[in-house]
Amino acid sequence: MNIASLSASYLRARALQTALSLLLLALGVATIVLLLLVVSQLEERMNRDARGIDLVVGAKGSPMQLILSGIYHVDAPTGNIPLAAAQSLARHRFIKRAIPLALGDSWHGYRIVGAGSEYAEHYGATLASGRYYEKPMEAVLGAEVAARTGLGVGGRFVGAHGIGGEGDEHAEAPYTVVGVLHGTRSVIDRLVLTRIDSVWQVHGAHGEPEVTVLLVQYASPLAAASLPRQVNSQTELQAASPAYETARLFRMVGVGVEALRAFAIILMVAAGLSVFIALYTALEERRYDLAVMRTLGASPRRLFGLLLTEGIVLALAGAVLGVLFGHVLASLLGVWLERQQQYAVSGLAWQPQELWLAAAAVGVGLAAALLPAWRAYRTDVSRTLAQG
Amino acid sequence: MIAVRGLLHRYDGVEALRLAEWTVAQGSRWLVLGPSGCGKSTLLHAIAGLVVPTAGEIAVAGQSLSSLSGAALDRFRGATVGIVLQALHLVTHLSVRDNLRLAQYMAHMPQDDTRISETLAALGVADKVRRRPGELSHGERQRVAIARAVVNRPKLLLADEPTANLDDAAAALAIDLLAEQAARHGATLVVATHDARVKAKFRERLEL
Repeated sequence: MNIASLSASYLRARALQTALSLLLLALGVATIVLLLLVVSQLEERMNRDARGIDLVVGAKGSPMQLILSGIYHVDAPTGNIPLAAAQSLARHRFIKRAIPLALGDSWHGYRIVGAGSEYAEHYGATLASGRYYEKPMEAVLGAEVAARTGLGVGGRFVGAHGIGGEGDEHAEAPYTVVGVLHGTRSVIDRLVLTRIDSVWQVHGAHGEPEVTVLLVQYASPLAAASLPRQVNSQTELQAASPAYETARLFRMVGVGVEALRAFAIILMVAAGLSVFIALYTALEERRYDLAVMRTLGASPRRLFGLLLTEGIVLALAGAVLGVLFGHVLASLLGVWLERQQQYAVSGLAWQPQELWLAAAAVGVGLAAALLPAWRAYRTDVSRTLAQG
Repeated sequence: MIAVRGLLHRYDGVEALRLAEWTVAQGSRWLVLGPSGCGKSTLLHAIAGLVVPTAGEIAVAGQSLSSLSGAALDRFRGATVGIVLQALHLVTHLSVRDNLRLAQYMAHMPQDDTRISETLAALGVADKVRRRPGELSHGERQRVAIARAVVNRPKLLLADEPTANLDDAAAALAIDLLAEQAARHGATLVVATHDARVKAKFRERLEL
């Protein structure tokens, strides 16, 4: 017997109340853990996908749409721009590197991107098998595309218009897979890469050749101050900053995240109250036990410790359960998101804030147990025993 | 074993106990007699150091209680005094063994299951070691409560109204068990009671 096992025996003796407190605390902790995991992993992936891209130039429209379609490939493009305009902008002295992309079609929901091999190389992608495309209608698959569709080198497929995977199929222009990339944990994994002229060929482009976006890397930090304004005001093109637009996106999503976080905090406070009420009401039926412990030689301090330990044991169990539950939820969410071909979330990643969260949960248990513990400390043995 | 001098205790200003002088020899058996509310329980609590008297001196086993600080007094009680309460107050969700372990744990004694089995066997309840108090008869519970009071080999065994609500045979048995256990451990026994049936049991009596 020790103080922890004795505390635990009291918690077991009130199984129902203990379970309620545990559940509330675990739900609160799990919600916050889930938020931490999702937000941090999403931010990490979005930052990784946008790394090295200072500006996205495309057709006029919504700047956020331009970013979402041009970098993350999760939205329809704003339109196309003339190749000549893109090329002339790419020669600007403020621009170190510009990668043109031609978008339009998809295959099984995976975006087909017309781009040079420098696009894959920008994300550090290397070939797992085969080679890069050399002729039109040859394609290289991102790792996830290859894994999910089961297609390898030599396979053939036809693209569909749009990104939903439900548009008209271009059956007359099939692609041949000539290479598969290693996984990069970036947006490249979920793309089908081909030559820009493949995209033109599929769409039977007439007249002036067009591209969809230009991914730009600045030559100097000075460019940030003038180049976007210059592009937006002096050309028919639109320039959008990924850093600015993703920050704006997170601000918008952030409202929902904050609301959920507040809800989770309310759950944790409710858990604290539940622990408090459970311990406090149990004091009445436990006063003889406490008095008896005093007759057996326990000091008031020991009774104080016993009640505090109960709160802490309960909170620790709730925190551990909640953290586990949060990770299980994140894993389930990850599986579901993967089916939706969205950014996957992993339940196996850990955030350092989870330790703080566990500490906060234990703090809640400790605070909830303080007053009951104080009353146990003040037990008047003689009077209590005189009552029965 | 016990030396009381000039003892006075008031609860909320009302006098609950007055005892000018009382000396109890080592190994003796005493009955503290008197009607309900005469201060018998208060006297036992004061001897056990559970209540600090308003005035007076109490020494137990040569130790002046008023000279001990709170925590030291608790330790002293755990090591020296065994108490059997009227309502027994076994911890209901703990097994019989854990009730006795609780006594060892709270008294800072080593937790010794052999000692526990031995103590329960001496009281004829060795087979109840895994039971919870709720599964025992009143007689068995009383034996367990006595076992809990003597498991740490106290020098002083106190019992508060041990025969209340018992029939004649059970009341006699309870007193005999206490006397037997006190003798076994060489402990001084003080029984507070208002039960006229047990008056004849011990020669030494204190009327309050």
